[in-house]
Amino acid sequence: MVSIFTITKRELQSYFSSLIAYTVIAAFLMVSGYFFHTNMVMFGTAAGADLRLGLWQQTFYDMRFVLLSLMPLLTMRLFAEEKKLGTLELLLTNPLRDADIIIGKYCACVLVLVLMIVLTFLYPALLAVVFSLDPGPVAAGYLGIFLMGAACIACGMFQSSLTENQIVAAMSTVGMLLFLWFLDWNEGIAGPAAVAVLHQLSFSEHFFNFIRGVIDLHDVVYYLSLIALFLFFTRCSLASRRWSGIT
Amino acid sequence: MHTIEVDHLTKFYGSARGVMDLSFTVEKGEIMGFLGPNGSGKTTTMRMLTCFFPPTGGTARVCGHDILKEPLEVRRSIGYLPESVPLYLDMSVRGYLRFFAEVKGVSSKARHGRVEEVIRKCGLEQHAHRLIGKLSKGYRQRVGIGQALLGDPEVLILDEPTIGLDPRQIIEIRNLIKELGSTRTVILSTHILPEVSMTCNRVIIIHEGRLVAVDTPENLMSRVQQTPQILVRATGPDEQIIRALGAVRGVTAVQRHAPGTAEPHGYRVDTEPGARNMNELARVIIDHGWQLREIRPVDITLEQIFIKLVTEETEA
Repeated sequence: MVSIFTITKRELQSYFSSLIAYTVIAAFLMVSGYFFHTNMVMFGTAAGADLRLGLWQQTFYDMRFVLLSLMPLLTMRLFAEEKKLGTLELLLTNPLRDADIIIGKYCACVLVLVLMIVLTFLYPALLAVVFSLDPGPVAAGYLGIFLMGAACIACGMFQSSLTENQIVAAMSTVGMLLFLWFLDWNEGIAGPAAVAVLHQLSFSEHFFNFIRGVIDLHDVVYYLSLIALFLFFTRCSLASRRWSGIT
Repeated sequence: MHTIEVDHLTKFYGSARGVMDLSFTVEKGEIMGFLGPNGSGKTTTMRMLTCFFPPTGGTARVCGHDILKEPLEVRRSIGYLPESVPLYLDMSVRGYLRFFAEVKGVSSKARHGRVEEVIRKCGLEQHAHRLIGKLSKGYRQRVGIGQALLGDPEVLILDEPTIGLDPRQIIEIRNLIKELGSTRTVILSTHILPEVSMTCNRVIIIHEGRLVAVDTPENLMSRVQQTPQILVRATGPDEQIIRALGAVRGVTAVQRHAPGTAEPHGYRVDTEPGARNMNELARVIIDHGWQLREIRPVDITLEQIFIKLVTEETEA
């Protein structure tokens, strides 16, 4: 437990001393702020003035796009950098469990995500000044954004554990995340049975419920199991040194 | 109890050989030199001892803890410096050492004192606040060794600790290692042979993953050098000198010492074991009125031992 905290602390230090966190957070706020502004003007003047649900549905939908593109930049260094520097060998020969290192790094990255998301609380807060805000759909949307972001991080961390090249880690994560997002957008050619399965597996289908203001346990479990799966894969990837001899 | 006990340790990467059936022990307070050409399995052995990966066969105990059963205990009793000297370049020296003190479970009360002590011991006082990325190679090496010392481990494992340093830094690091070796057990890998005779009490030689020899540097030398040789340098008529030296008690052969054309000539005198005839050799030269410039026993170098042992091994 203490070791996890130690690792998390160092990762956060590294994120904030290297400007990575500032850059990613700034990019996230700039683009999602732009989307929020555009959506608010659009929903305020047209689109039935649906500021209660429609505005948020569109805003979270846009924000998810920003997350999909930025999370790989946050996760690419997690293990790739340590492999390149050789420090992973040092961590793995110190009194740490593989799981401590994985969870410690994951927590640090999730904390950066939380900070990013919390900073956007400004949008509903601003709106609430001039318009009565229904907290339900907003809360559900944020939960969806958080869970999806956390799943992106787990996926990115796994990719980062496979290579010592950060660019490769980022690109393969982008590919993986886009694939997970568009997995069930092929109704036209896949049979109904296949589409039903793909729906269950894809990022988008589970995300849509949240932004509709619905928190379904089934969607929460989907994201949590995806996170667990990628953390497990990361552990397998670290353990591969046992037979391959390299990290 | 031996501090380190390696018991038929074997490692294969798939079908590729890492090390084969390695057994040796290291006692408390010893500096053990781990010698072998590149790719002979030194790093592989060290990585097994530090529980980076498990062996394919056999096992080892470090301070009584089995590397397979109690990896975390083993890691706690070892300070390890990998060959690449891994460092977080974006951290300060002090920040880096604090992080690893925490990782090694040094209590928060003791941590500050421990980190400052290591900074002092490694001569890093002037650089403690600097970013590691800005340090020169020699100082980075010290930070790496400092990291290994933080948990006050009983065993230090240093993989090629002097590689890439300039001669002055090499001497400094060697002195540091000798000093550390007075209170701890040190395993030090190297492919630089003189380093071993300078710093180590005992030597393990491995070649192609197999143990070739374990002994003190002195014993290894006498084992290879069955006939003591004496080098004589004198000015005088060549033929006569060779004849005169050859006539001395216990001398089996005299050869011109080839290397270098510089005057005066050198002669390599093979003697019977235990002949102790240096005085007589000197007297022969002086009595003939030739000028004696130098007379000394020829020390066989570890290079020669190494090549000899390795060739014996391949012939056997």
